[in-house]
Amino acid sequence: MLAKRIVPCLDVKEGKVVKGVQFRNHEIVGDIVPLAARYADEGADELVFYDITASAHDRVIDKSWVSRVAERIDIPFCVAGGIRTIEQAREKLAFGADKISINSPALTDPSLIERLQDEFGRQCIVIGIDSYYDHISDSYKVKQFTGDEAATKDTQWFTQDWVEEVQKRGCGEIVLNVMNQDGVRQGYDIEQLSMIRSLCDVPLIASGGAGTMAHFKDVFALAKVDAALAASVFHKGIIDIQALKRYLRDNQIAVRV
Amino acid sequence: MSPLESNKLTSDASIEGTTVIIDTGCANLSSVRYAFERLMSADERKKLSVTDDIAAIKAATRVVLPGVGTAGAAMASLRNKQLVEVIKSLSQPVLGVCLGMQMLTRLSNERGATTEDCQCLGLIPTDIEELDSKGLPLPHMGWNQITPSEHPIFDGISEGDYVYFVHSYRAPIGEFTIACAEHGEQFSAAIAKDNFIGLQFHPEKSATVGARMLKNFLNMSTDTFFQNNNSNQCEA
Repeated sequence: MLAKRIVPCLDVKEGKVVKGVQFRNHEIVGDIVPLAARYADEGADELVFYDITASAHDRVIDKSWVSRVAERIDIPFCVAGGIRTIEQAREKLAFGADKISINSPALTDPSLIERLQDEFGRQCIVIGIDSYYDHISDSYKVKQFTGDEAATKDTQWFTQDWVEEVQKRGCGEIVLNVMNQDGVRQGYDIEQLSMIRSLCDVPLIASGGAGTMAHFKDVFALAKVDAALAASVFHKGIIDIQALKRYLRDNQIAVRV
Repeated sequence: MSPLESNKLTSDASIEGTTVIIDTGCANLSSVRYAFERLMSADERKKLSVTDDIAAIKAATRVVLPGVGTAGAAMASLRNKQLVEVIKSLSQPVLGVCLGMQMLTRLSNERGATTEDCQCLGLIPTDIEELDSKGLPLPHMGWNQITPSEHPIFDGISEGDYVYFVHSYRAPIGEFTIACAEHGEQFSAAIAKDNFIGLQFHPEKSATVGARMLKNFLNMSTDTFFQNNNSNQCEA
């Protein structure tokens, strides 16, 4: 049986791993390669690296750390941040990334998804979606350029519609980041994730809000997501990955222990 | 495998001969190379190369055919590099990984942007078709368990060990299946015929379990296949 994946996320800024609260006030957590290696050795199933400044500041990530990570770790990892062209994507994959994740550039030019899929196959094309609950319209909507508070803007997309659109265009996986929950460790947004799950035929990764082991159990058992992404609970040592996996296994969640 | 066992992976007897990873031009070659390098001493790494040089491929002790992307693009690249007949002529151990496995078969009906099935190398007589996940998400992406056979690539590997898969197409269970897995339907997690071995999953990304298989491959030579039997433990 396919195991549910635990995916530590490393937000990268200026070559360091950082973590903000609700996408703001970034603090340095540590160096990229040692932290990546530690998570891999502790039993993480996959890693995601987001260069959170790249899209907003119109520059691409420094690629050298991608190959340093690939040299060291023997689990898959995904690289995100400012990938707008086939060539930029090819470079990351050539340096050893298993997947590339596209967020803001796909909103600017949705045809990028098709072009990437034609070139590399859908299995390595991940679409990141920053979704928030809009109180005025009582609906979920998509934000763009969330890496920089000053550049962040609303889009015309309702989250459900964008999830359908990116699948139609050929993405292989979706990371749904629920911004209202991010970094505050109050639990994943089960209601929204369950709704998106019902529209999502590709693997779905939940992101935003993990604070306790029970939050992971709930998002797998209730929202039926394929993977759960989290950052601060791992960076700050609040949750140990091995202990989390044993807990999930004891709660009848299929995991690789 | 325990961490203690995985530590043994690099302290085994030295690796004989040369290992060539075929430069298919459109694959994620770095990951496969790094995974082998992690198993090698500094001297052994000197005998590992990534190349599309025909003479080097023919002369290698063992050959790896990696692959990421679509079957059509990858086969076109092999044809452009005049490598199709070269690969078919090999008698040393050949390991196809993921799309590299699929290229070892007769044909793939992953059509991509074209309207025709993709003719492959025809070295293992089976065909690649879309995985019937029976409603489960596709691509089949993540860690899944395998049921391995007695094939030497699985020395030290147990039923239920997890490996990392990323694919939407698969070889069915059949005569040449040497390991099976399930995602909706049962399918071939690995196939083999004579000196040609194909793994649908990514051993280079499968932590210590995958590293053990790569180590097993590095211990293979042409002699390994004189007494090979593809004992298939999966239900056809």
